[in-house]
Amino acid sequence: MVGKTESQNGAVKATAAPAMNLESDLFSNFSFKSFKLKTKQQELLLRVSILGLVYILAFITRLFSVLRYESMIHEFDPYFNYRTTLFLTEKGFYEFWNWFDSESWYPLGRIIGGTLYPGLMVTAAFIYWTLRFLRFAVHIREVCVLTAPFFASNTTVVAYFFGKEIWDSGAGLVAAAFIAICPGYISRSVAGSYDNEGVAIFALLLTFYLFVKAVNTGSLAWALASAFGYFYMVSAWGGYVFIINLIPLYVLVLLITGRYSMRLYVAYNCMYVLGMLLAMQIRFVGFQHVQSGEHMAAMGVFFLMQVFYFLDWVKYMLSDTKLFQAFLRITVTSAVAVGALALGVGTASGYISPWTGRFYSLLDPTYAKDNIPIIASVSEHQPTAWSSFMFDFHILLFLFPAGLYFCFKKLSDATIFIVMYGLTSMYFAGVMVRLILVATPAVCLISAIAVSATIKNLTSLLRTKSKTAVAGSSKGTGGSKASSKASFDQSQPFQKNGAIALLLGAFYLLSKYATHCTWVTSEAYSSPSIVLAARGAHGNRVIFDDYREAYFWLRQNTPPDAKVMSWWDYGYQITAMGNRTVIVDNNTWNNTHIATVGRAMSSYEDEAYEIMRSLDVDYVLVVFGGVTGYSSDDINKFLWMVRIGGGVFPVIKEPDYLVNGDYRVDKGAAPKMLNCLMYKLSYYRFGELVTEYGKPPGYDRARGVEIGNKDIKLEHLEEAFTTSNWIVRIYKVKPPNNRW
Amino acid sequence: MGVRRKMALRFDLIIFTILLFASPVLSDLILSKVDRRIDLTSQIVENEGSEPVSEVLLAFPDLQVKDLALLKASPHEGKGKVKSLSASLPVENVKPNGMPAALTFYAVKLPKALGKGDSYTFDVLAVFAHALRPFPEKITQADIQLVVFQESAFYLTPYVVKVQSLSVKLPESRIESYTKLENTKIHGSEIKYGPYENLPSFSYSPIVVHFESNQPFAVAQEVVREIEISHWGNVQVTEHYKLVHGGAQNKGEFSRLDYQARPTIRGASAFKYLIAKMPPRVHSVYYRDEIGNISTSNLWGDSKKTELLIEPRYPLFGGWRTAFTIGYGLPLKDFLFELEGNRFLNITFGSPMNELVIDNLIVKVVLPEGSGDISVSAPFPVNQWEETKLSHLDLTGRPVVVLQKTNVVPEHNQFFQVYYKFSKLSMLREPFMLIFGFFSLFVAGIVYMHVDMSISKSSAAYLARLQWDEVQAAIQQVENVINRCLTTHDKLEASLRDLSRTGDVQACKAARKAADGLLKELSKELKLVLSFLQSSSAASQILPKVEELVAKEKDLQEKVMAKHSTVVDCYEKKTGIRDSENRVAAQQQKITALRQEVENLLELIDEI
Repeated sequence: MVGKTESQNGAVKATAAPAMNLESDLFSNFSFKSFKLKTKQQELLLRVSILGLVYILAFITRLFSVLRYESMIHEFDPYFNYRTTLFLTEKGFYEFWNWFDSESWYPLGRIIGGTLYPGLMVTAAFIYWTLRFLRFAVHIREVCVLTAPFFASNTTVVAYFFGKEIWDSGAGLVAAAFIAICPGYISRSVAGSYDNEGVAIFALLLTFYLFVKAVNTGSLAWALASAFGYFYMVSAWGGYVFIINLIPLYVLVLLITGRYSMRLYVAYNCMYVLGMLLAMQIRFVGFQHVQSGEHMAAMGVFFLMQVFYFLDWVKYMLSDTKLFQAFLRITVTSAVAVGALALGVGTASGYISPWTGRFYSLLDPTYAKDNIPIIASVSEHQPTAWSSFMFDFHILLFLFPAGLYFCFKKLSDATIFIVMYGLTSMYFAGVMVRLILVATPAVCLISAIAVSATIKNLTSLLRTKSKTAVAGSSKGTGGSKASSKASFDQSQPFQKNGAIALLLGAFYLLSKYATHCTWVTSEAYSSPSIVLAARGAHGNRVIFDDYREAYFWLRQNTPPDAKVMSWWDYGYQITAMGNRTVIVDNNTWNNTHIATVGRAMSSYEDEAYEIMRSLDVDYVLVVFGGVTGYSSDDINKFLWMVRIGGGVFPVIKEPDYLVNGDYRVDKGAAPKMLNCLMYKLSYYRFGELVTEYGKPPGYDRARGVEIGNKDIKLEHLEEAFTTSNWIVRIYKVKPPNNRW
Repeated sequence: MGVRRKMALRFDLIIFTILLFASPVLSDLILSKVDRRIDLTSQIVENEGSEPVSEVLLAFPDLQVKDLALLKASPHEGKGKVKSLSASLPVENVKPNGMPAALTFYAVKLPKALGKGDSYTFDVLAVFAHALRPFPEKITQADIQLVVFQESAFYLTPYVVKVQSLSVKLPESRIESYTKLENTKIHGSEIKYGPYENLPSFSYSPIVVHFESNQPFAVAQEVVREIEISHWGNVQVTEHYKLVHGGAQNKGEFSRLDYQARPTIRGASAFKYLIAKMPPRVHSVYYRDEIGNISTSNLWGDSKKTELLIEPRYPLFGGWRTAFTIGYGLPLKDFLFELEGNRFLNITFGSPMNELVIDNLIVKVVLPEGSGDISVSAPFPVNQWEETKLSHLDLTGRPVVVLQKTNVVPEHNQFFQVYYKFSKLSMLREPFMLIFGFFSLFVAGIVYMHVDMSISKSSAAYLARLQWDEVQAAIQQVENVINRCLTTHDKLEASLRDLSRTGDVQACKAARKAADGLLKELSKELKLVLSFLQSSSAASQILPKVEELVAKEKDLQEKVMAKHSTVVDCYEKKTGIRDSENRVAAQQQKITALRQEVENLLELIDEI
């Protein structure tokens, strides 16, 4: 573009100083020529270097968390993953597969090998072993911390190829750049966020890409590859259910829109059959592909494909259309009837399990709220707010519809797929906050199509204009047709300027997107949530490292077989960092057990003592933010404990803890609230502490009230440890008093 | 016959000074405190044997021996310099006959045998760990910590002692109780026993002192120091600590409120921090534990030393444990020296922590891969063995010298040396390995790009691909030729420009001639390639475009030639420049348009 503009300028100047301008003309021509000599290689080089830079960018932008904090595992679930990975690398795969973990869910225990998706751990262990083999003596923690960024980088490469498959290589590059820094994805893949999703998004996109490639080429090899991609996805994340429902839906749409082809038949059958067989190798998934209601759609579509193929064959054999119509009617009716009957019998006999609550809550956002409090209590299962859409997607939110327009304009098998992926995942993203993650690749791809197509159109407009402009101006220099020149000037520059303005606008938006993403990554998504950072009075950075202080205290100063009771949120962390047995943890597989803990927390101390005795509890851990103003503490989560406890034990009634439907902890709080175990443990001796200047002692900074019960006496428990900022408080359960 | 020095920390440190005279033999005994004050007492040992004596026996009860950290005898050099490390006397464990079984004996070799009536004075320093016992054993957060110290008022020795005395220096003046014997005096925080005269051998009179001590009893159950030498300029030290507060156990609750409000009263026996004194120019210091970085540390230093203050994650009360790791790098040139072709590392043995008793210290010196002839010289006896460690880019592993010692006290913080041989060339091994690794990676890439990996050489798809490759090569050739033609045109234009400047018609003609020749050659080449393209079936799609391109180029060529001829003609005929411009203008217009078209076509073909 630059070269063109220059040559045009030269031509305009030609009348004034022919000799000088000719030289510049020569220069521009020359540079242009040498540039053009190997356009193909040049383009390849450009593409590869852009992709390489995007690859590196995706990695380093996720290192903000290491830069701001340290190389550590984040949040809750990653601690479990880290612990299991450590076990896998130390004891080997078979031990890992057969691991019965007695440190969690005391006294039930948990069969780890059969209740997790091993993909992530095996991947990390594999990377670790490879590095060890190559004689890089890295620590497994570093591998775990960097697994998610590494896979995010790989995702950008897959996004590029996917974009290339559905649109062109330009769109692929833009998609790679988008997904590299999209906050929706970064939120789950920063360094240290060692969670299934980090690997799973890569696997998801890879599976989709390979499947679309298989549909486009009809090649058995690609279909096989997509089956393996699906296997990897199944081994990594429960979100594979999305794939096994989206792909049949896509195939169904293709069938309905009359896009059935042999390519589709090969791709789907190979992918489904092999993918299903491979997925059965994962113990946690087992026979669900043939037994669970969530997987039945895929099977139905599989049979439908066979019927279609059969009909095609019959149509080919029968030349009589009328006869074929009759045959078609009979076959379709009987096939549907047989399918419905099989489904009915399977469901009624219990062979096919009904949909799970999580699946229901996806389809109906209000379902969890009414029926499964344990799912509704998780903040990442809440319906998404508009602001978080904006926060996570920024301009992509506006580019998404534009991209859909372009996709509809150029419908093909591939664009239909991406449209369906985009629309369904957007719906799910609206239902649950955490599913924004699944929607992110689709949104990035579709937006990339919009950006790429727009910019391509604009630049081609600019280029043709500039060429005619050259012609026009050279005509002008000829000085023969002044009128034609005038007509050119009226229409062309206007369009050209418009194109330039639009281009500049697009670049402005894109640069805004880049700054937004960087800002969000560094400020919002890099916090490990184990270590809290705040600004001090003088603008300095204050670190609250209370969680680790408490967990390390547990690890060092309690008996190795001590059982710790806490709300399930902290279970994984206590086992991983504190190395102590917990009653419940983030796995939440046993609602009754969690409800028992919830009941203990919401009972009076002597009742709770009975429960704790029956569970062999030695220590109780509560999280309390009243001193620091840390709001996600146990008092704020307490209503969920009441609800979950009350869901199983009707003794616990939510209204007992509320006053006129209000939840409060000050003087006006309900008497049961003021004397339940959670309240006592959180506020024990808090009434003597002055937290804020000018406020009475016992002023709770998290809730902004003075507490209602300042004189708390504990009978069966004693304070064992409280961290320096009071965020974690640990109590020891005293042995029963002597009876004589 | 000894000077005792007790560290009132958690253990008991004793310095003996032994003075041996031939007739009444006199020795001094010093007792010191944590604050390092030394108290003196004296006692007399008589050596009545007439034979010359070459060694003196020191006796300790077995119970004490297991906590004995250091035993050192040195010639007495006056009061100013009690400690002189260079001239210590050899001490060894002996088992003389006819002595009580519950005692362990150490023999101090004197520099020269003592004849009758000769005298010799020397100091003995014995340091014990864990000599203080908390009593009561469990206290609450608010209680003060009391400890008990047990000793004998008389020095336990196989010899007869003429005069002896003992003084015990205590950390604080508050003494709960102490054993009162005859001649017992108390001055502030100091208790004096003696002088006692003419005691027979193996006199024993137990004394017990019960006193307040809120000194933090920091005991490291195990410390592993790993010193890794890199000949690229760094000595990396990594120290793993397992720490316990060895004082009275904390019982009952720990109240953070009380601790925060009145830390000196409610938590007097807890310790909050440790200070490590590290060498100067230390860099990359870190402080972490199994679950991550610990943010409560502070580092400051000057050219003489560096001090690192570390706070454990929580204050340590009696019986509480913690574990952590500190690591730091040191410049190689400060610690590694060369001696007669050998290299030797000269570094301190103990931990840099102040006032820390280590039950079990393991020092591992990791030498670079390929070092040999390893030997160690330590100032005191240590257990020693060798291991190998696999680290970054190692093939065989690095040799590791492991030194192990129990009951280590700060007095052990002395230099020790590890001698080894290492060839400078071995340093290059790792960079070469990396270079070779990347090189083979690239070679593999090149091989992959150039090797035909297809399984079936006769399949249609394969053949089609081969053909397509050929066509692409041919098209590339066409493009090259066209581009060269265009360059030639530019040369012609340039010659015209030169003409307008200089008026040198001959030069212009020469340029024309050269261009003509070149273009002819090029058109020949083009014909060859075109005929190939026409014959190839795979090129049928792209062929029309290519043909169009060639035709357009030919057209352009003619136009340029025509223009050139016209201009040259004008110059030859000396027609006005204005006139020539007018004539050329129309041609020029066509040329520009054609050229544009040719370039567009080139781009178009390129995109296919």
